[in-house]
Amino acid sequence: MIALLLAQTIAVTGATVYPVSGPKLANATVLIKDGKIAAVGAHVPIPADATRIDARGTWVTPGLIDGAGQMGLVEITMVSGTREGTVKGDTIAAAFNVAEGINPGSTLIPVTRMEGVTSTLAVPSGNLVSGQAVLIDLDGATIEQMLVKSPVGIVADLSESGKESAGGSRAAAAARLRRVFRDALEYERRQADYSRAQIEPLGASAADLAALLPVLHGREPLIARANRRSDLETALRLAKEFNLKLILAGAAEGWEIAGEIARAGVSVLVEPMNNIPSYDGLGIRLENAALLAQAGVHLALLETDTHNARNLRQQAGNAVSYGLSWDQALRAVTLTPAEIFGVADRYGSLEPGKVANIVVWSGDPFEFTTRVEHVLIRGRAVPLRSRQTELFERYKKLPPSY
Amino acid sequence: MRHAPALLLALTSACATGAAHPATPATPAPAPPPAATPAPSGERPQYPSTYQRHPNPPVVIRNATILTATGREIANGAIAFKDGRIVAVGTQVDAPAGAVVVDGTGKFVTPGVIDDHSHIGVYAAPGTEAESDGNEATTPVTAEVWAEHSFWPQDPQIPLAIAGGVTTIQALPGSANLIGGRSAVLKLVPARTVQEMKFPGARYGLKMACGENPKRVYGTHGGPSTRMGNMAGYRNAFILADGYRRKWDKWNTDHQGDPPERNLRLESLAEVLRGNILVQMHCYRADEMAQMLDLGHEFGFQIRSFHHAVEAYKIADLLAKEGTAVTLWADWWGFKEEAMDGIPENAALNQQAGGRPLLHSDDPKGIQRLNQEAAKAMYAGQRAGIPIPRDQAVRWITANPAWVLGLDSIVGTLEPGKMADVVLWSGDPFSVYTKAVQVYNDGWLVYDRSDPRHQPHSDFELGQTLAPGSDR
Repeated sequence: MIALLLAQTIAVTGATVYPVSGPKLANATVLIKDGKIAAVGAHVPIPADATRIDARGTWVTPGLIDGAGQMGLVEITMVSGTREGTVKGDTIAAAFNVAEGINPGSTLIPVTRMEGVTSTLAVPSGNLVSGQAVLIDLDGATIEQMLVKSPVGIVADLSESGKESAGGSRAAAAARLRRVFRDALEYERRQADYSRAQIEPLGASAADLAALLPVLHGREPLIARANRRSDLETALRLAKEFNLKLILAGAAEGWEIAGEIARAGVSVLVEPMNNIPSYDGLGIRLENAALLAQAGVHLALLETDTHNARNLRQQAGNAVSYGLSWDQALRAVTLTPAEIFGVADRYGSLEPGKVANIVVWSGDPFEFTTRVEHVLIRGRAVPLRSRQTELFERYKKLPPSY
Repeated sequence: MRHAPALLLALTSACATGAAHPATPATPAPAPPPAATPAPSGERPQYPSTYQRHPNPPVVIRNATILTATGREIANGAIAFKDGRIVAVGTQVDAPAGAVVVDGTGKFVTPGVIDDHSHIGVYAAPGTEAESDGNEATTPVTAEVWAEHSFWPQDPQIPLAIAGGVTTIQALPGSANLIGGRSAVLKLVPARTVQEMKFPGARYGLKMACGENPKRVYGTHGGPSTRMGNMAGYRNAFILADGYRRKWDKWNTDHQGDPPERNLRLESLAEVLRGNILVQMHCYRADEMAQMLDLGHEFGFQIRSFHHAVEAYKIADLLAKEGTAVTLWADWWGFKEEAMDGIPENAALNQQAGGRPLLHSDDPKGIQRLNQEAAKAMYAGQRAGIPIPRDQAVRWITANPAWVLGLDSIVGTLEPGKMADVVLWSGDPFSVYTKAVQVYNDGWLVYDRSDPRHQPHSDFELGQTLAPGSDR
């Protein structure tokens, strides 16, 4: 194992490889060099100094990407001292980037990655504009080492939970966002006037307005939480008015307007197993993911419970159970989220040049019978150990030896 | 709700006749008074079940893999049931006259799934404050409240759970209180009233909670604010209950003078001391469970099951010795301090130690796929070198919760004479791709995935969406 950890060149051999970017390859090799994928195929020459992982009988996929949760931003949900995902007292927290809140030592990280999830979005919550989400790899001693992309986008909450920040009405929430967007553009045009205080008071702080500009210029997406059909349509309307690159998160009733979402070229993040009706989404149903995909929507699947982000594969399996094709589901937890978050040049598929985030599974990754055999993050085979495996080792024979 | 929390012998004829039997009276009924005198409240039927078995033609399912939950898995087997009772299970089964024959080729059959820890109906969807009826969080001991008096039969979560193969639930009060109140043990069938759902003859459970929740809720509202305060709270309550029980037991024997005054709170606790109500205790930490076992020893009651019990694996030997079940999640952890040490091998380790583990949902999404929760726990055990046979894992969501509810002689396994709570699955119930295709509750085809006429919907759902889906 030590040799494996230090190896610069690793060859995963004999597996059924699912590159996602192309058809599956039987009895194929994935060659990894210096943290990147060097070659994928049935006839890859293996350098003599390569460490070999005999993967016969296994399935090899890209590491799974969960576009939800607060990995690194929360240790114990109910202990506020361990939560970093929400900034209080700022309705428009556009300048709040969560990156420096991330704890690379979080016990959630090993628990998650040893089940095949190698990258997660760390998403701010609360307020009308929650802040900036970042994408991290689940390995690294420092925040800098973990970061894949910062920011990925700015999160706004157009669902029921967001409207309180805007005075208690959905109409007020939309109006407030519109005003803040206009003010950001005004601020950009008249920064000199702003500095001399020769301008009407604007709808947010200068830092928050400035942070919105990349979104308003289409360089970064707006990630809008919305579930009710009318809220999804509000998000689409705002995106059209301001020419935004929009990602819809949640989208409980997305299936009802799947065609409209597809035509707008908007991406959607869906949690497949969520089907409990509320007034924020009475139409929520288990076929949501399948119906959106059928309409041609660019779709990624989520597990929103940070502590159990490892259940992303169960979410995907259940999406398949309710009509999504298996290939679509695999893409929706690998390459599609990489595309949606703007990192598909480096992540999401097994292709030469991409970052070597790779999982070796004993079988179908979505099945409960399947175990994770190896996880490589940036070409490093991470140990399949966590605080949970250590608790198991301590207590598997009672009484424990302390 | 993370933030929340023996059957009468007379029952034996209940399924055969479909007759409803009154639930356990809160206090043993004394001799009937003279006819002219109106009976005092305590001597009248106490909120009886009006459950009636729904008529259904006899059914035989053939060519299926049958997981009986008795330790026996039958390949290419058959099961027949009639008038709400299982009449035959095996490889050679005669169809009852007039039976509907169901081809189970490639499919699996299990007993109806039982969730011994649910808050559906008391924390109903759509999840508004108006529907939040699970925690009487006004004072730490509320043994006087009964979950059935909060339960809303039109909760749209009920049909979702039925489609997941669930046939019986224990709806519990939440875990804000030290003693949260009585549970409702219910047949999961569409009904207008909770009385029509009450499992005939089932004993009540008493929800108790240790640890963080009560001390958090009451810490700034008069206490308890510590775990030691929690413990004093249970003990004070049971000391009062002990005196109350003795007073009533004496009067019930000698009928001297006026009967003692009724006290609703103490009635529930006295029934625990008499062994007629089963203690269902929310508890996470191993050391705290050991404290609660001592509490039971002090007052002479057994804790039927520790619910959540994320650290049960640390004292699996002790729990097995005490005969207390552990009601677990497959993998929930970390949402609060006392849940930090959850591990996926918890159920398997308790099984290995000779204990009685089972899976619960505590969640309206989880209740729809308890088979998947059992699958995760089973395979976590196998990966750790603790082999769990498939039929054993079925017991984690059928026979073991039946035992926790005191209903194991009636439901929870597929054996002749048992109530015909039967689920037909599209395949191996431990595959992520498998779904319940037919659900029979007491012999009634209450759900059929291929037939919209057998897909119940609550009143709440009517007219709410453009095109309600089959799985909503």
